[in-house]
Amino acid sequence: MKAIHRPRTARRGRRIRGAVALAGASAMLLTACGSQDSGPPTLTWYINPDDGGQAEIAQQCSAASNGKYKIETSLLPRDASSQREQLARRLAAGDTSMDIMSLDPPFVPELAEPGFLAKPPADVVERTTADTLEGPLEGAKWNGEVVAVPFWANTQLLWYRKSVAEAAGLDMSKPVTWDQIIDAARSQDKYLGVQGTQAESMTVWVNGLVASAGGQIITAGEEGQDANITLDSDAGKKAADIVGTIGKDGLGGPGLPTQDENSSMIQFQGDKGSFMVNWPFVWAASNGAVKEGALDKAVVDDIGWAQWPRVNADEPSAPPLGGINIGVGSVSKHQDLAWQAVECIVSPEHQSQYFATNGNPPSSAKAFDNAAVREAYPQAPVIRESLDHAAPRPQTPYYNEISTAIQQEWTPPQSVNENTPKETTAFIEQVLKGDALL
Amino acid sequence: MSTTVDSSTPTRQSKQAPKAKRQISDRARAERKLGWLLAGPAFIIMLLVTLYPIVQAVYDSLFSFRLTAPADKEFVFLGNYATIFSDAVFWKDLWVTVLITLVTVAVELVLGLALALVMHSAIKATRGLLRTAILVPYGIITVVSAFAWFYAFDITTGYVNNWFDWVPGIGPDFNWFASQGPALTIIMASEIWKTTPFISLLLLSGLAQVPGELSEAARVDGASAWQRLSKVILPNMKAAIMVAVVFRALDAFRIFDNIFIMTQGQYGTEALSLLAYRTSIGRLEIGLGSAISVILFLCVMLIALAAIKIFKVDLAGSGKGR
Repeated sequence: MKAIHRPRTARRGRRIRGAVALAGASAMLLTACGSQDSGPPTLTWYINPDDGGQAEIAQQCSAASNGKYKIETSLLPRDASSQREQLARRLAAGDTSMDIMSLDPPFVPELAEPGFLAKPPADVVERTTADTLEGPLEGAKWNGEVVAVPFWANTQLLWYRKSVAEAAGLDMSKPVTWDQIIDAARSQDKYLGVQGTQAESMTVWVNGLVASAGGQIITAGEEGQDANITLDSDAGKKAADIVGTIGKDGLGGPGLPTQDENSSMIQFQGDKGSFMVNWPFVWAASNGAVKEGALDKAVVDDIGWAQWPRVNADEPSAPPLGGINIGVGSVSKHQDLAWQAVECIVSPEHQSQYFATNGNPPSSAKAFDNAAVREAYPQAPVIRESLDHAAPRPQTPYYNEISTAIQQEWTPPQSVNENTPKETTAFIEQVLKGDALL
Repeated sequence: MSTTVDSSTPTRQSKQAPKAKRQISDRARAERKLGWLLAGPAFIIMLLVTLYPIVQAVYDSLFSFRLTAPADKEFVFLGNYATIFSDAVFWKDLWVTVLITLVTVAVELVLGLALALVMHSAIKATRGLLRTAILVPYGIITVVSAFAWFYAFDITTGYVNNWFDWVPGIGPDFNWFASQGPALTIIMASEIWKTTPFISLLLLSGLAQVPGELSEAARVDGASAWQRLSKVILPNMKAAIMVAVVFRALDAFRIFDNIFIMTQGQYGTEALSLLAYRTSIGRLEIGLGSAISVILFLCVMLIALAAIKIFKVDLAGSGKGR
């Protein structure tokens, strides 16, 4: 290649221009840093994806702080397991930006046990949990102490097509059992909406069934690897019987082994829909589909709701419990401000607003009385009642292992039989001891 | 630009090598130095970003270490490896990985060769269009292609079940992702669709190196098209074929995206890389997960070594492997 010799002056001129550009860039950078230092401290709130409700609350709380702090939101991945992975990795690495975090209740013990979560001040706990429903409050505790503040609480309802229930002769004003809806779906040649895919939703279903039958998946969860696995019980066998029957008899439809909450909702909205256990998002999603013209309004008019089905006719059901708790990172540089912000975020007003706009039910009893809530969610009283009976998933730092083992052993549903609880128990024990892969 | 001296070209180098070294010219020495200076930083960065994590993974694999229980970290030496090798899950996943590697590489090789032949013999006017058309799947991001295949075959949203309901066994109620056989078939089909163009490109370059006179001479001697392909063309492009096989085998053995998107490894579709991911990232078991990663790394090394030593594949392209 032909070399071009530039005069020395040209080279010097280029150097000067380069230096000026660098100085300019540095000045801009310093100005940017300076402006951040001079303003109120920025608190980062790691939020789970929603319809913009948490970002709106962040803005409102920033404004209400009168310049004390500014909340910025940072979006976590879509599913709960991936949210946990990211939070745990950042917390383990000592990330000081973990000021405020939206936490899925089953993963709270895992993050609290190694001290990743700051202990909430007693006065904050007192003020924020004064009227919290019992189920959500239990889900925010670890070793008997509140380690995160309940924000919103979720629970599953039994959604049903009024026409199918009527044709099957079921009186939906009274509690119904799994056996009854199984018989109804069978007699009407319809599909039941349950979640049979190998995912967290399977553990949610199994835990709901076991708890409704009066059992527990584990006891002494605080013992960690030495927790007592109690799935091999009458309650576990009853749960296996229900899951196995739905699977073997094809009552969940051909898509059951890969069916999650969303696909079971789509099936429920179709011609074969009958009864479905699912979270309240289905109401907002179905109405949204009608607005978009993707769903006939007659389908939504045909949808009814009731308490989660019972396992035993004479015992109330223990519906699944979900939601979000708010935690503060133990290495956050602004813990005091973070707790102030948390108090603002979880106020009953914000919980009502969040339910009405984003469809996520409150954990505060008072928030249910809001008129906007009752208008947007006619099923609010049923949700409130369901939350009173809801059972949390196993509380242990090893929840992920237990949940994954259940997912692997209880799917596909047609493979579940009376031996499944025993095999799952042995598998979980092996995994917890570190003797087996998952 | 000046030309570089090819240090690997001499064929009679064995005996004369020391002499040749002494006789190296100043210019050649300067160019060699320039070569090191240019490649040096990249080489050092490569060492830092690849060697460091590998060494760290080997070290971590000797511990029982869970990210959310840092206080319980314990040295277990080869305990993690013992757990892995004694577990059926590992062997099942290894089998799935090997199966996917064997089937996809074999099918891609045949299809890739056919496409390479089509591209090679296409008339000049259509050559550009043809190569672009064949390369399109390779240009698509694997995750995107995985989603496209998933949505096509999904029982709720897919259209394949409706289009092909005339095929026995396929119908609106057929769930492709609910059992191992059909799910693995779709995963492998999407992998083949995505990466066959890569193999065909490598084979095309090999095909271009086969002298046209050889084929012509064979044709004059009365060889059929099949004989020309099997006796003349293929033996002369063995090096290109082996390079293509090794590259794809190494790639296929580390399959992740397609399975992660389509089945998340459920119902017997989990490959080794997914097991490593689930253990390290999902369970946060850094020790056990690192041990699986190390085993995966050793498997890949083994494939590369076997290819280089047994099949004499020349990855540097110096032509010795022919």
